[in-house]
Amino acid sequence: MSEHLPILMVLVPLLSAPLVVFIKHRKASRVIATLACALSACAAWTLALQMSSAVSYPLGGWRPAIGIELRVDFAGAYVAAIVSTIATFAISLGTRGTREDVVGREMFFYAAFLMCVAGLMGMVVTGDAFNVFVFLEISSLSTYTLVAMGKERRALTAALNYLFLGTLGGTFVLIGIGLMYQMTGTLNAAAVSARIREVEHLRTTHVAFAFLAVGLGIKLAVFPLHQWLPGAYSQAPHAVSSFLAGTATKVMYFQLIRVVVSFFGVAYVFDTLHFGDFLLPLSLVAMFAGSLSAIFQPSLRRLLAYSSIGQVGYLTLALSLGTEAGLNAGLLHLGAHAVTKTALFLIAAAFIAQVGDDRLDRLSGLGKRYPLLSLGFVLGGLSLIGVPGTVGFVSKWALLEAVLAGGRPWLAFLILASSMLAVVYVFRVVEVLYFRAPLANAPPLARERADWGSWVPAGLLVLVSVGLGVWSELPSEYVATAAQSLFGGAR
Amino acid sequence: MNALTQLFPGALMILGACFVPLFRGRARSAYVLALPLLSAAHLALFSLGHQGSATLFGYTLELVRVDALSRIFGVIFHIAAFLCCLYAFHVKRPLEHVATLVYAGAAIGATFAGDLLTLFVFWELTALSSVFLILARGLDEPERRERVFRVSMRYLVIQVGSGVLLLAGTLLYYQGTRSLHFGRMNLEESPGALFIFLAFGIKAAFPLLHNWVQDAYPEASVSGTVVLASFTTKLAIYALARGFAGTDVLIPIGACMTAFPIFFAVLENDLRRVLAYSLNNQLGYMVVGIGVGTELAINGAAAHAFAHILYKGLLLMSMGAVLYRTGTIKASELGGLHKSMPLTTAFCIIGALSISAFPGLSGFVTKSMIVSAVGEAHLLVIFGVLLFASAGVCDHSGIKIPFFTFFAHDQGWKVQEAPKHMLLAMGLAAALCIGIGVFPSALYALLPFPEAAAQYHAYETTHVLTMLQLLFFAGLAFITLVRLGVYPPELPAINLDTDYFYRRPLKRFVVESYALASWVRERTWGMALGLRGRALASLRRNHEPPRGRLGEPWTAGATTLFAALMLFTLLLLTSSAGCGGGEDAEANDARLLLDRVGAIEGVPEQAFEARMERVEVLRRLPLRGESLIAVREACAEMHGALLEADVQNALIHSIGAPDEDTPAEELARLERAFTAAEAAAARVVVHRDACVDGTATLRARYAPDRRGSE
Repeated sequence: MSEHLPILMVLVPLLSAPLVVFIKHRKASRVIATLACALSACAAWTLALQMSSAVSYPLGGWRPAIGIELRVDFAGAYVAAIVSTIATFAISLGTRGTREDVVGREMFFYAAFLMCVAGLMGMVVTGDAFNVFVFLEISSLSTYTLVAMGKERRALTAALNYLFLGTLGGTFVLIGIGLMYQMTGTLNAAAVSARIREVEHLRTTHVAFAFLAVGLGIKLAVFPLHQWLPGAYSQAPHAVSSFLAGTATKVMYFQLIRVVVSFFGVAYVFDTLHFGDFLLPLSLVAMFAGSLSAIFQPSLRRLLAYSSIGQVGYLTLALSLGTEAGLNAGLLHLGAHAVTKTALFLIAAAFIAQVGDDRLDRLSGLGKRYPLLSLGFVLGGLSLIGVPGTVGFVSKWALLEAVLAGGRPWLAFLILASSMLAVVYVFRVVEVLYFRAPLANAPPLARERADWGSWVPAGLLVLVSVGLGVWSELPSEYVATAAQSLFGGAR
Repeated sequence: MNALTQLFPGALMILGACFVPLFRGRARSAYVLALPLLSAAHLALFSLGHQGSATLFGYTLELVRVDALSRIFGVIFHIAAFLCCLYAFHVKRPLEHVATLVYAGAAIGATFAGDLLTLFVFWELTALSSVFLILARGLDEPERRERVFRVSMRYLVIQVGSGVLLLAGTLLYYQGTRSLHFGRMNLEESPGALFIFLAFGIKAAFPLLHNWVQDAYPEASVSGTVVLASFTTKLAIYALARGFAGTDVLIPIGACMTAFPIFFAVLENDLRRVLAYSLNNQLGYMVVGIGVGTELAINGAAAHAFAHILYKGLLLMSMGAVLYRTGTIKASELGGLHKSMPLTTAFCIIGALSISAFPGLSGFVTKSMIVSAVGEAHLLVIFGVLLFASAGVCDHSGIKIPFFTFFAHDQGWKVQEAPKHMLLAMGLAAALCIGIGVFPSALYALLPFPEAAAQYHAYETTHVLTMLQLLFFAGLAFITLVRLGVYPPELPAINLDTDYFYRRPLKRFVVESYALASWVRERTWGMALGLRGRALASLRRNHEPPRGRLGEPWTAGATTLFAALMLFTLLLLTSSAGCGGGEDAEANDARLLLDRVGAIEGVPEQAFEARMERVEVLRRLPLRGESLIAVREACAEMHGALLEADVQNALIHSIGAPDEDTPAEELARLERAFTAAEAAAARVVVHRDACVDGTATLRARYAPDRRGSE
């Protein structure tokens, strides 16, 4: 049983998706979807905690170089565990937030959600380049559907926009993979990395890498290519935006790491192609532009979305260092931000379910009315800033260490300076919640108490983000192992 | 007991603060008051020299370090926390109580932090918790909300900025010294120390870094200002005394701090802002003391901080009581309050005399230590500045504050005396001021260098006489100036401080750069859009959702353009850095070919599989140009044949030399192997020349020494 874990993580949600549509029962579909995500999460966690070295799973019993190989290393198991757990939390938001958004279309919603989870999990576990593209398309197509299910008409525009750019990104990735195949004659990650050394002087190889990097850059929302993100995050149904915020860009980031480390090799990408010099300025701009835009956003979910763009800047900055410490910091920040941002989006969903829309000023004075939710937002916000005692600090600290180890103190300053912007946008929300009188002409609240389904998952994630900040050695040690095994002294 | 000493001092206050919202009414107030007392008892469990460690991020941290220097600050912070909680007894909202307790607890925790990382954590916690004391004012007075919010954001950014500098400095310091220990640092030793120094400097309100004090403190709530004035700056003084004692540059900085706020304080109308300026001035004395760095001077700085928290708290409490009763704190609107608030008046005067260092009160016995230390160090100019500043303090804090509030022209206020709990808090503070002034030895025993302190006598005739002379002359000057009508009148005006020069431009810069960015965007995209304007307009009419455009800054088309641009840049970057470098394709291919050939030769002969694989790669190598292909074929053939010969050789060896017993089929196989080996050898001969010559020519032509020759 346990040797089949890698494929189970993908198969369970993938097969549950048609099941949901066939059963055509509203409540059952929700239960099945939640169970499928939870099972997938169990599989991922079991694998992550029990593995002692990278696991290879030959699909259908075919030898890796001939058949398709699933390959899960420490980092992959870590990302898979995060993705499936966050999927479980987001889907269990279910009750109010989701029901109102997608009333009458539940089974399609849950089916698309499950497909999206399957696609993302597939991308993480597969060891085959073409499969990466296939799963990328599965997750992307279902994401477009999910975004389009948003309550407002604007969701359609956002979905269309995302569709254009996502397709562009997917096409670039496909071109990149095609060129890579042409040069190496294989799609298997291990085989590619063995053979790429022999063709790495050819321009076609450079072009393959460039296409892959830019394609993943679009999906990852690297700074000038981030435009799809605010619309998609702020218009999608709540469960979806919470899920996407924690996983979509993270999986793409992991994919970019794999392209750099596993497929092309660090030495080649950073020493020959100088990819770091290309990525670093973009990351810096993202850190500042994303956070600055977040400060000026009129609505809560857009604020959080722009903050995500800034946070992607930290991720790519960590990668652009091209060191093991950088990779370690990037993976840590991936997890920290996934947990934090999902929690914040879930809390935003709970608020919005109460007040009707997500303009910031509608939240005036809600701190007193919903003390626990507001406290959760404050704690999540502190983690976003990177205040000690939260998991956000653990990852930011690792990033600072990595930057300084690279001998670039000015980068550390820019990182810290951009955290100051996070202080401003987080406290903007805090001020609205706690220090403003409730609007006089506001329509009555939908419900006196926020319902369980919306704040329990959010609360748990907030607790996780604070807990991991206090017992920081838990994530740090695992990720350090993951980074080490991924990097493997490549430089 | 042992379990309790695992916690850091102040932990009880921080943890206890979490439960404040659970209590209601009187029970809450009593609980809030009990926490500082409990925490003080907790502190008493620690003996001098206690050290507690913890592990975080793989660093061993010194969570608790108790020595004489940290102890005296810990003690006074506890006293201040208790007085603040007592003074805020009337506050109903749990927010301020929680903020006060966490803030005080964090300040205490920072005092006992033995390493820079722990210090940073508490440093940030003080910033984050204290901002709520300012924000709380917005809840009391909704019409000030906007202003209070802006002030608190400025305060927060500056405070967190100080923390950020501290963190950066810590990391740099660690890089340099591989130690996180928080002890004496040298500014020249590592750039990290400079950043840490600046971080301390911001919180200690060094000149030009000081504006946040006057900006934020007077904007807090009645009790909030008292709390704020007690901890942040004194924590910075402690940190400076720990890290930078005897750093020369502190002496002029401190002297400057004592002197320049006087002018602002004399002009200022808001009396709490006057006190904020005088706070700055008092900090100056301590900074000078730390800069001098002798045992006497450090003692003086610590003792002065101790006394200062009490009398400055007392003055702010009395002003707070006035604000609480009258609703204003402007000198131009107050006066004659001594009739309705006699006790507050008395306490205020005690505070005023203390800050002016009147003999018999706390300020005198502590300030004179610093002044003596400066005198012993023969710093005459500084000595003069300090004397001038003493006269100034006496003028603006000692006389102006009580005079304009409680005496001067009666404005006809008919108000009640301050509430009982405020009077009690003020009374306790006043009693401590007098007690320290009369029995200084009790305070001296707590000082970092008790032996040095024991030898010091504050009440020497010269000290007392000098001080009295100074005070009387200052008083005389004040009276003369007021009588002559030359004293700056108390006008409801706003005084501009140095921050005017950066606050406006900075804000302008941010706003302008944002505007510029959107202008550029609109211009460029506007032009592009203009060309297709009509077609787009009709499209938009038909296809736009009813709520209007998304408000997205960029369209999908723009992003696509960016993607193309990125691809282009990346390709440009890689092609200039990689192989091409502007040379023709053939050179590139030739180098690749040589590289592969070299790779085959590099593999040891035993690694048969690997060699085989590389020959295959060579055979598949995509090349342009006839001559290159010919060389490739020749080399591939030759190496293939060599391998073939190897295989056959191995086979022959495995069969071994034939004898009579050898069966017929074995002989046949041997025969076949010999033939094949000969054929392979023949092919090697055929292709060898072409391969060897070809690669030699290519090598000579395309300078292969870069790669491939490994």
